Amino acid sequence: MSYAINALTKSLNVFHAACSPCNNCDIEILDAITPRHDVERFGIQLVGSIRHADVLLVTGAVNKKVVHRIKKLYEQAPKPVLVIAVGGCACSEIMFRDSYNTCGPLDKIIPVDLYIPGCPPKPEAMIAGVVKLIQAATKKAGG
Amino acid sequence: MEKDKNMQEPKRCVIPIGPYHPLQEEPEFFKLHVDGEKVTGIDIELGYNHRGIEKLSEAKHFDQGIFLVERICGICSTSHPFAFVNAVEDLAGIEIPERAKYIRTVVGELERVHSHLLWLGLAGHFLGYNTVWMWSWKYREPVLDIFEKISGNRQHYAMMKVGGVRRDIALEDMPWIEKTLDELVKGVDMFKGAVMDDPVIWARTKGIGILTPQDIKEYGGVGPLARASGIDEDVRRDDPYAAYNMVDWKVQTWQGGDIFAKAVVRILELYESVKIIRQCLTRLKTAPGPFDLKVKEIPAGEGIGRHEAPRGEVFHYVRSDRANRPVRHKIRAPSYVNVATNEKSVIGCTISDALIVLAAVDPCYCCTERVAVVDAGSGKHLYNGNDLIRLSHEKTERLKKQL
Amino acid sequence: MNPMIEQIQSKFPQAVTKIYEHNARRIYVDVKPEHIAAVAGFIYNDLSFRYVIASGIDTPEAIEILYHFSHDSTGLMLSVRAAIADKEKPAIGSLTSVIKGISWIEREIHELLGVDFTGHPNLKHLLLTDDWPQGDYPLRHDNKRK
Repeated sequence: MSYAINALTKSLNVFHAACSPCNNCDIEILDAITPRHDVERFGIQLVGSIRHADVLLVTGAVNKKVVHRIKKLYEQAPKPVLVIAVGGCACSEIMFRDSYNTCGPLDKIIPVDLYIPGCPPKPEAMIAGVVKLIQAATKKAGG
Repeated sequence: MEKDKNMQEPKRCVIPIGPYHPLQEEPEFFKLHVDGEKVTGIDIELGYNHRGIEKLSEAKHFDQGIFLVERICGICSTSHPFAFVNAVEDLAGIEIPERAKYIRTVVGELERVHSHLLWLGLAGHFLGYNTVWMWSWKYREPVLDIFEKISGNRQHYAMMKVGGVRRDIALEDMPWIEKTLDELVKGVDMFKGAVMDDPVIWARTKGIGILTPQDIKEYGGVGPLARASGIDEDVRRDDPYAAYNMVDWKVQTWQGGDIFAKAVVRILELYESVKIIRQCLTRLKTAPGPFDLKVKEIPAGEGIGRHEAPRGEVFHYVRSDRANRPVRHKIRAPSYVNVATNEKSVIGCTISDALIVLAAVDPCYCCTERVAVVDAGSGKHLYNGNDLIRLSHEKTERLKKQL
Repeated sequence: MNPMIEQIQSKFPQAVTKIYEHNARRIYVDVKPEHIAAVAGFIYNDLSFRYVIASGIDTPEAIEILYHFSHDSTGLMLSVRAAIADKEKPAIGSLTSVIKGISWIEREIHELLGVDFTGHPNLKHLLLTDDWPQGDYPLRHDNKRK
């Protein structure tokens, strides 16, 4: 396990799952890979399939139609996988808590490793979050 | 692909595209029915983003509701509040101060600039020109900086308020904003030259995904989509609000209704938007008065507010019973009608064109990260999302060699 | 009064029950639900209004459906209101044969307010999950769900 986690601290392949967000976090995630922030410099890149992913990045207040799909995505991910909840909706549902069609914050559905709050979090905040995640994983791997 | 063993059944392939799609009320799950390379039909399934905002709004008072509707869509995050305050002001018969009108217009147009640049970049990505994507997003960053300067946030600006705006634009910030706009126009000029004269982009977008004016009328299509088909409609001019009838600008239309026309309309609108912002900033330097009326009570009645968002007309209907919150708040985002036009535009296209045709509507794009082609008979995945983008890229490469 | 509204009134004297002009650009016309297809067809086809959307509203007396039309050259927003008095089993004729694009919003009102649009070719769920409980309509005011 520690060897596998150690591998995760190198270049991260990120799968981005949008679970009924307002799209703003998603745009800021894409923003982080475009010229100004350019996280691809550090080997962090978005991948098209969950089966290639080291990190599952989830945005939005999960609704009743996508809840099964996000569970399935988590099951399909090669383990160990790190889960990041991006934005206020995924962390705590903010104003959608009382909605008839949402299913609770993300950590009630799948285990979450990192929370990046904000509405939306700035790309800088996301980068800072990923740095903390890598530090924590390095510690866990005993390195 | 190896030959099918039981050839009796006609082979019918279905390509699911989706389901994740980030716009509230208009998230999409497309199922493309294909015959070989040709798209023969499309099913559109919604609901993957439904968060019940219309119901939630009934429990929020008029000032809180603005923050709620702002979170309908992140890209047009001032369009919904804009239409909402228009609706409440229509209901209550409020005329907002001149200064607030100009500030609202500046915010609305800045949003159009950032949204159109975002679309152009992603359209480039789908065509196989990632450079276009990186460029246009690079030029989009200064717009977000302006927003951060004005409102304190890069997105979700929270500028609208019933009876005015929440913050003023400070006089000392204006020279910097104007300078940033100058830089932006230089970028857009270069970008326009590179995109509009490129023979490969012509070949990939001309005559593809055509919508006739009749199609637009049947589905009620709005915004750049309608204007690219030669329909001269724009809520900003037809039903003027804020400062749109106090500044000089033109509605941009184009003929043809194909993807190229849609791109041209959006690029031309960028220049118009910058023109509007410049005029508003100039007037703001001298415009007197408060920027907020501090409205306390909303009477009973019903009101309709509209705003021309980057994607088309946003429509809000509000009914009040004199309480501090609406009894009904109906919201219609432009993609709700625009996405339905895909039923027309995508049929007859090839699979490699389907992505850009679906994208030409300018819905949001996260769904396309989740594209997969499935054989309906065996349920076997033939292509995944990356393959579809690859197919599109290969077509571009092929065309480059031929030209 | 707006000449187009006069035309509607003179063409459908039995159908139109009330005209309310909020201001020059916002006019509400109440019609009897059974005449809605004829009135909407006239507005959409003959007067060339653009279809915008329909809103369903649960009021204490009835379930109202407002069909919003826009006349872009004059900026007029015309809302045609049909009040369905039977709240137990609300039903109204579907306009899908008149306006193609209205199909989605009729499905949405059907699932959120429980209105039956007779003649709609495909009245299934649009936004909610397929296993949504029968008779649970989120936008009804008597709905007790969280």
